[in-house]
Amino acid sequence: MEYLLQPWPWYVSGPLIALIMFSLIYFGKTFGMSSNLRTLCAIGGAGKTVKFFHFEWRSQLWNLTVVLGAVIGGFIAHQYLSVPTNIELNPKTIEDLSQLGFKNAGQSLLPNELYSWDAVLSFKGMLILVIGGFLVGFGTRYAGGCTSGHAITGLSSLQRPSLIAVIGFFIGGLIMIHLLFPLIFS
Amino acid sequence: MKFLKFLVVGIIFGIVLVKSEAVSWYRIYEMFKFESFHMYGIIGTAIITGIILLLLSKQLKFKNVDGKQINVPMKDRGVFRYILGGTLFGLGWALAGACPGPMYVLVGTGVFSMLIVILAAILGTYIYGVLKDKLPH
Repeated sequence: MEYLLQPWPWYVSGPLIALIMFSLIYFGKTFGMSSNLRTLCAIGGAGKTVKFFHFEWRSQLWNLTVVLGAVIGGFIAHQYLSVPTNIELNPKTIEDLSQLGFKNAGQSLLPNELYSWDAVLSFKGMLILVIGGFLVGFGTRYAGGCTSGHAITGLSSLQRPSLIAVIGFFIGGLIMIHLLFPLIFS
Repeated sequence: MKFLKFLVVGIIFGIVLVKSEAVSWYRIYEMFKFESFHMYGIIGTAIITGIILLLLSKQLKFKNVDGKQINVPMKDRGVFRYILGGTLFGLGWALAGACPGPMYVLVGTGVFSMLIVILAAILGTYIYGVLKDKLPH
């Protein structure tokens, strides 16, 4: 139990994620989290005006059930399966972040500088979350998948489009962290 | 109840993502800084395990619950949409520090401000749907 409460090492977590992907494929479905965003658009009635959202969204209810489970899983892990511990970040990372104005790096899952209500309700803070979320939603649908659909499922099944997409993920991520972060946070 | 198994898979997914710290904004930052092996270890071992599971099930002609051959949906051919869409996603992933799976999981951990990111992601998906036929794929 003590082992369970500590952060799980990568060599335990990675294979477990593969098993999650495989179990969904075994159930005749697939592992793709961003598809749910499209389903939510369709449920909201977007199919009436935009063809891309005109599909039988009820056939995707299984995937929204996975989402519901993921929320519950997050709650269980956070409330009952965790002891207060800092994330063991590289000291260099903590130093880099403090220069960008992020204090207490690793003492919570997400930085207060971005996700506390004080931050969210400021103009800049709100803009960061909205732009970040928008790019995730737009980019995943354009690329036809996200980390689960391309990086895990697509690469596990040795698909070339997924390799190209994952290279894109890294181009975008590296541009953001190395070139844009110093401009956004300074 | 036929949805129960999906609920259970989702719960396990949420627990694994929290316990592995893959939901942490800091871990994503650290990954793109190449300052830790942690995220590469998670994604790398997931892919290696996935490759082995899929190859084995193909070799052993393993059947799914419907009695059909195990089948992974194939992505359409193309380059442009994957590199450009992927890059846009990567920009957002690094900024918000969460991809679509962790977004939902983080709401469960009590980060309700993540709902703003989710709403913006739904909007982004909607705008893609509107512009789809005008974009190069």
